[in-house]
Amino acid sequence: MNDESNDEDLLDGIERAAFGYFRETVNRANGLVADTTREGSPCSIAVVGFALSVYPVAVERGWMQREEALELSLVALRFFRDSDQSGSTDATGHKGFYYHFLDMQSGTRVWRSELSMIDTALLIAGALTSSMYFFGETALEAELRVIADQLYRRIDWRWSQNGGATIMQGWKPESGFLHYGWEGYSEGIVLYVLALGSPTHPPGHDTYKAWTATYQWENLYGCDFLFAGPLFIHQFSHAWIDFRGIRDPFMREKRSDYFENSQRAIDVQREYARGNPRGFAGYDEDCWGLTACDGPSDADPDVSGEQRRLFGYAARSVPFGPDDGTLAGWAAVASLPFAPETVMKTARTMVARYPAMLSDGRYASSFNPGLIDMHGNIWVSPGHYGLDQGIVTMMIENHRTQSIWKLMRSCPYIVAGLRNAGFRGGWL
Amino acid sequence: MMQQDDKLSTIPENDADERERLRNVRPADWRNPTPARRYNLAIVGAGPAGLLAAHAAAGLGAKVALVEREWLGGDCLNIGCVPSKAILRTSRLYEGMRNADHYGARVPGDIRVDFPAAMQRMRDLRARISRDDAARRLASAGVDVFFGDARFSGADTLMVDGTTLRFSRAMIATGARPDTPDVPGLVEAGFLTNETVFDLTQLPRRVLVIGGGPLGCELAQAFCRFGARTTIAQDMPLFLPKEERDAAQILSDAFARDGLDVRLNSKVVGVRVENGEKLVDLVSDDYKSTVAVDAILTGVGRVPNVDDLDLEKAGVEYDDEMGVHVDDFLRTSNPRIYAAGDACLEHKFTHTADASARIVVQNALFLGRKRLSALTVPWCTYTDPEISHVGIYVRQANARGIEVKTFTVPLHEVDRAILDGETDGFVKIHTEGDSDRILGATIVAEHAGEMINEITLAMVANIGLRTLAQVIHAYPTQAEAIRKAADAWNRGRLTPRMQRLAAAWLRWRR
Repeated sequence: MNDESNDEDLLDGIERAAFGYFRETVNRANGLVADTTREGSPCSIAVVGFALSVYPVAVERGWMQREEALELSLVALRFFRDSDQSGSTDATGHKGFYYHFLDMQSGTRVWRSELSMIDTALLIAGALTSSMYFFGETALEAELRVIADQLYRRIDWRWSQNGGATIMQGWKPESGFLHYGWEGYSEGIVLYVLALGSPTHPPGHDTYKAWTATYQWENLYGCDFLFAGPLFIHQFSHAWIDFRGIRDPFMREKRSDYFENSQRAIDVQREYARGNPRGFAGYDEDCWGLTACDGPSDADPDVSGEQRRLFGYAARSVPFGPDDGTLAGWAAVASLPFAPETVMKTARTMVARYPAMLSDGRYASSFNPGLIDMHGNIWVSPGHYGLDQGIVTMMIENHRTQSIWKLMRSCPYIVAGLRNAGFRGGWL
Repeated sequence: MMQQDDKLSTIPENDADERERLRNVRPADWRNPTPARRYNLAIVGAGPAGLLAAHAAAGLGAKVALVEREWLGGDCLNIGCVPSKAILRTSRLYEGMRNADHYGARVPGDIRVDFPAAMQRMRDLRARISRDDAARRLASAGVDVFFGDARFSGADTLMVDGTTLRFSRAMIATGARPDTPDVPGLVEAGFLTNETVFDLTQLPRRVLVIGGGPLGCELAQAFCRFGARTTIAQDMPLFLPKEERDAAQILSDAFARDGLDVRLNSKVVGVRVENGEKLVDLVSDDYKSTVAVDAILTGVGRVPNVDDLDLEKAGVEYDDEMGVHVDDFLRTSNPRIYAAGDACLEHKFTHTADASARIVVQNALFLGRKRLSALTVPWCTYTDPEISHVGIYVRQANARGIEVKTFTVPLHEVDRAILDGETDGFVKIHTEGDSDRILGATIVAEHAGEMINEITLAMVANIGLRTLAQVIHAYPTQAEAIRKAADAWNRGRLTPRMQRLAAAWLRWRR
């Protein structure tokens, strides 16, 4: 076999294994999907959004029957449609938004979690993906489209501004809005696009401008780019939206686009890992991936034989940290569409060096090559995380067939949102 | 009213350094002079602004009256920059001892913090610096120094304890005082501010610092390094909310390394005293917690001193929040009266007080037209690492529609920072569009306060990155990061076309 078919086999295996997460952790009674494979994990609404987005991929690849995908999607959408929207402490949502974490069985709020704007956006992006894919005339597919539309239209984006210029990060029934909003470039771009496409409750017309006013265009390691430290920021919105060649006013001014920007973010990650300023084990230009991921904070401090501050789940960031030597293999793979050759080489190198990062062919949330136990094993985050499997599935698929990008290019709400945000050019 | 924690504050009455300082800044045997018939400049408040204006005006031959309610030198000398930097230095040294192995040295076997010695050193140095501000030195420079409460009695007169001073021009430089957070039970429990914290002679075992601004951050880190179990509560997602996000992130990491208990997004909602302990209730969103401490230090901002001056009688407009209202020439609503320093400025720093006083001397006495808005003002928070800034922030530039590009040099790219083991930091220089014009900069480094001066000079002298790239910086220095940023700007000018032309030229020259 040549390198190309080798790559294809490798990617097919990873993508299929990643998809398997959703099939294994979904509650078929309500469509909710577990945040992680760990015992007692609740549902994360963002993971449901990823699930809704990857069911069509699985159908096209022959890993799942269309009927099963439709059934799982419908069950989830019906659940959210019928859920308690009172905003009470044990409801499911409020004003069209949903609490971040829900009980897998009852679908009610757990962990006193916040009503999450970004996680609702990821859920709704999944619902719209589903509605774009199930275009058939059957009653069930028609019902799915109607519900997805209802869920989208009932989100009160204006309310989520709490009278301010930008969208807040969350709200709690006990204490109201979290008193901070989005600042700086982040994964929130899909949130703003969805909000701005709303025909029912759009945010103020200056919202996007107010958000991008917090952007910072930087020259770092010789790269000019819109700065954000953790890699997932440069990936999540790209799972649904094809940013190649389309530009908002900020990117027009900078003569770049968000896709190219993610390419620069990879360059910066590689340069940081090559320089390895904190001297962590394993880092080099073919072994990187600082992002939001699990961490070894609970690891036995003696195993490493060194004093170091360790973090739990945290948004690890380049170049100013936090960085505790923990990398995410999936974060490299989820960069595939931006730099296929570089990422393939990186993916192969990382797995060859640290095969433990894969279990059942599926990426762990993270690993730390500098933390080695008495048996000589590096620290690996136990189990799997739904967000990681979702972004891996979608970005590999976008690399292979661009099928999700193509679907969403036709989504009228996405198109309207992009246009209202000032995007022009390219496929738009 | 603020309450001091008497249990922790016991400077001996016979402390030689304190006696010297007080002899300089408030001599017990001082007799106010007989007022002149009329003063060129009457100054209310003898902090940095008042002292500078008094020396400058008297040096130029003006008849000057300087009225001080409490201590010459103001907050900066007595309860601000001077004492705080002295104890920060000692706290840095203890941290250095604990981390000696990071520098290839042995950690001393018995690191015992001698807090009284640190405070004694501070008092010694403060007394030494107070010599420059001594009342007798001012008097010998020709300044009439009055101690007492000043109140305006008309458009061109003020009263000092019953004595009338007539003036041609006056300057209000009464400074500011710590704001008191509105927390139920705080006053009853007793708390420290910058006005009282430097009187401590014993280290509180457990300290809670309210407020993540510059003062709160600096002192929280110092107390932590002295060995107090220190908690800092900040009602925002990050410290130093006005600063660059990355700077605040690095500071948060540094605090965590120090072992500071960092409580972000946390509001102090109540204080109780039980069994001699202060119990502080915190709320973060909907999570409540209680911290037991021995001392509470507040650092939540400063309010201008504008009360008890009878400003109405002089026709000077003011409010309690902004202080004395001034125009760009630092003139108040009474054209005879100017203001300078914390009493009227947004940026409450010693060096802005100093700069504003220079403006007042020129504008008030010599028909000058110097503008406050023309100043380029740097500032620095003296945590470890330090965080300094000058010019505008990116978000301000964006809001004003100015295209801005930032040249970022992490200190882990700078040899001297690597050799010093001080790589947690950066130099960020903001330029306008594709030009080399510097709009502002933020530096996070061990001595960021020193490094920012180069950028300030460049901005004041209209020197751009193109020229800075030609400035030879001594190797190895951490300031080389500034030249590296300038080099990055230079490389950006090298377009593909220019690269092709250069390559063709060099081929031809082979």
